[in-house]
Amino acid sequence: MRRWTTLLPAAVFFVLVAFFAWRLVLITRGDAPNLIPSVMIDKPAPAFDLPPLVLDRPGVQASGLQGKVTLINFFSSWCIPCRAEHPLLVNLMNRPDIKGRMTLIGIDYKDRPEDGRGWLDRLGNPYDAIGMDRDGRVGIDFGVYGVPESYLIDRQGRIRYKQVGPFTAEDIREKLLPLLAELNK
Amino acid sequence: MRLGVRLRGLFMGLMLLAVAGPVMAVQPDEVLKDPAMEARARALGRDLRCMVCQNQSIDDSDADLARDLRVLLRQRLVAGDSDEQAKQYLVDRYGDYVLLRPPFKTTTLVLWLGPAALLLAGGWGAVMFFRRRTASAGPAGERPLDETEQRRLKRLLSNDREG
Repeated sequence: MRRWTTLLPAAVFFVLVAFFAWRLVLITRGDAPNLIPSVMIDKPAPAFDLPPLVLDRPGVQASGLQGKVTLINFFSSWCIPCRAEHPLLVNLMNRPDIKGRMTLIGIDYKDRPEDGRGWLDRLGNPYDAIGMDRDGRVGIDFGVYGVPESYLIDRQGRIRYKQVGPFTAEDIREKLLPLLAELNK
Repeated sequence: MRLGVRLRGLFMGLMLLAVAGPVMAVQPDEVLKDPAMEARARALGRDLRCMVCQNQSIDDSDADLARDLRVLLRQRLVAGDSDEQAKQYLVDRYGDYVLLRPPFKTTTLVLWLGPAALLLAGGWGAVMFFRRRTASAGPAGERPLDETEQRRLKRLLSNDREG
């Protein structure tokens, strides 16, 4: 007498439970629903030309991206997560296996230049070149919606990876370094 | 006297509500001189998502980025962009997510058709459910009472009259 349709509501219920459980697991792994996938992946980095923030390092231009792997890091002196990320970037750029295989470009996003310079004086300067994006327009061209954000650019000048929010040691180990090895092949 | 004070308080409260209604985040210094173009910017701004707050339009949001996008939008319009071009400029950078009304395309089919499909499925389920119930309770399920049942019915009815 019992037909398969009587089990249908229970089946739908369990499918929903499985779906919600899956989303929860993803969130605990860092894939929060408020992280918006970038449409810029695999597209050429947008054009930009920013004046230098500090005297001893050059500003940044899109034309300088060709022929090497580059990480572009949007940061700001008023940004608290950037404070947590900064020592990781300093450590990363001191590693002998990174030297010569990745250029680190900093873009000081919507910051007062003197504040940006004070930040680097206090915390160290891991960047090969630093540009000043005072009005945040270059940020918009990259699709930045908060700092810090980082973009890994391949030798052809295409965006291959976007990090929303600060890098953690785990992100660097499990996402950035494997991708860097692949792009340097 | 007391009633007068209360009425005055109520009146002031209503006045404040009337003023508080249409508050938007758009600042006076952002507003364009050309009212027609400003109206276009407002119409576009209402449909563009603030990427920071994520559930407000850029016109409603006080976030820094929302302000930057409002200013950028107006610059695009002044530079001669059509509404579609100005919108596309932001979609190219932030994706469809920046639109509060998602476009109808293959990746958004489930979003657009899902609710209608669920409604149809639910309606079909309800129709089947009621049809089956009326079918089992209908004439096919009826039969005349047999002898034992007739006797029991009579007994019950007579008991009832005595009591």
